[in-house]
Amino acid sequence: MPTARSGLSRMSPAGRLLGRRLREGLPLAPFLGFVVIFLIIPTVTVIVSSVYSDGDFSLERIQALFSGTALAALWKSVLLSGSTAILGAVLGAILAWLIVSSPRTSIFRRAVISMCSVLAQFGGVALAFAFLATIGLNGVLTLWVQDRFGFNLAGAGWLYSLTGLILVYTYFQIPLMVIVFVPALEGLREQWREAAVGLGASTWQYWRQVAFPLLTPAFLGSTLLLFANAFAAYATAAALVSQGSPILPLLIRSALTSEVVLGQSGFAYALALEMIVVVAAVMIAYGALVRRTARWLQ
Amino acid sequence: MRRASSGGKILRAVLLVLFGLFFLFPLYAMADFSTRNLIQGGRTLQAWKNLVQDDALYQAIVISLLLAVFTVVVMLLVLVPTMIWVRLRAPWAKGMVEFLCLLPLTIPALVIVVGLRNVYLWVTYFLGESALTLTFVYVVVVLPFAYRAIDGALSSIDLRTLSEAARSLGAGWATTILRVVVPNIWSGILSAAFISIAVVLGEYTIASLSGYQTLQVEIVAIGKSDGPTSVAASLATLLFGFMLLLVLSLLTRGGRRGANDASPIPQAAAALTPAPAAQSGANA
Repeated sequence: MPTARSGLSRMSPAGRLLGRRLREGLPLAPFLGFVVIFLIIPTVTVIVSSVYSDGDFSLERIQALFSGTALAALWKSVLLSGSTAILGAVLGAILAWLIVSSPRTSIFRRAVISMCSVLAQFGGVALAFAFLATIGLNGVLTLWVQDRFGFNLAGAGWLYSLTGLILVYTYFQIPLMVIVFVPALEGLREQWREAAVGLGASTWQYWRQVAFPLLTPAFLGSTLLLFANAFAAYATAAALVSQGSPILPLLIRSALTSEVVLGQSGFAYALALEMIVVVAAVMIAYGALVRRTARWLQ
Repeated sequence: MRRASSGGKILRAVLLVLFGLFFLFPLYAMADFSTRNLIQGGRTLQAWKNLVQDDALYQAIVISLLLAVFTVVVMLLVLVPTMIWVRLRAPWAKGMVEFLCLLPLTIPALVIVVGLRNVYLWVTYFLGESALTLTFVYVVVVLPFAYRAIDGALSSIDLRTLSEAARSLGAGWATTILRVVVPNIWSGILSAAFISIAVVLGEYTIASLSGYQTLQVEIVAIGKSDGPTSVAASLATLLFGFMLLLVLSLLTRGGRRGANDASPIPQAAAALTPAPAAQSGANA
């Protein structure tokens, strides 16, 4: 159709680019639809609903975040995430160092890494039951210690308190640290050690003056990642603590499931927004540190 | 590091034993706890038999397995053509697609489920009330893992030459994708599928807060009255996930040592360590 074609050629370059982009972009529609409906809309709903109630702008729900209950939950969440991030990062870095010294293709290393993947990412509920079976009231270790030493390891149910959560979270934070830190350790090149030793450095000097400074951004970045991971984790805590809501994710649960009863309609939105803000802030800092690491890891 | 002194070797061994105890003892305790006969003492396999005999639990297992299959199928149908198209025809969209795929790592599942209510009112209005509707949101949850796995495989082949050769020989887009590209990125597709299965079988947050009875939700529900059965089911999930990932690691790495191939576990890990362009996180 000559008229259509000449019409097209008379279009501005910007218009033609737009037309081409549309044609190229159309096959992306199913993917974009999926992401928009099931990821973007829920997130935007949370953000908008935390400042709008019944169509009116209101800071009431945000204000509720500064109530005693919400602040206490936030503080405990920060405490839990912070302590398990540091514990997990230090112990995980040591375990990663132990693993890296075995050959890349050994069955030992594959088994350990597979194990770490399962515990770090897919454990959830199962990990809560692992610890119930170990040091719960009738746990295997509890009964054994009771038999041998006459001492009640389960105590007054500390497994269900913040201390218990710290223990169980460490169990999945260490494997996560291994997964994210092994690539950084592998990035340390043998030539750097040889160069250091060739210049007369001892093993200790090599680690202190070459390896540690190189690994520091990756280590700090991983620690932040662990913090965000623990802060957003829900399944393990929910399975372990069925009553009460000591930490932020569990407070969201109770706001979601009993909002009608408490008359706190919409409180869950504000709490979810708080979670987005904290996780996003931590992840932005993480991204900055990863970019620093990426400079020499390539 | 290579020539460790004997002191260093002992330190290493001691540390490995300690880590081994910390990680393996709870798993051993699960096996012990789930085979204990609480009433008469001694051992029983009743808790493990319950996985099949207990109706509610068996139903939940079937639902979770179906969800895993549906999620993998829908994820592959949506993601693979999109990623191939982006590489061939719309490279300007690559950054955006990558960013969107990795975004679920930064937005916790808990946040998604809080904002999901209105969306699901529509979904259940059109498709009816069924746990299988969770497929849609699970596809989004597994996106980061699947994206990294498939992206790695696509990077290792010369996609443009392959598809141009196929097209110039008269193949249409469907034939090109199904019979030329897919066989070449098989390892990446396998990784994406296995990791997605593991994620779906372990998912609790979204299912429980949406009120659907999947495997993990049922495990928690049963735990209130029958500890050993819950522990048995938990251990079974962990072992199944472990087998899945170990088999995958042996399958996709076996023959091609040293090559820059799509190895699954580092990619599961890579999903957690974002490329410099996009930032992401993790949610266990």
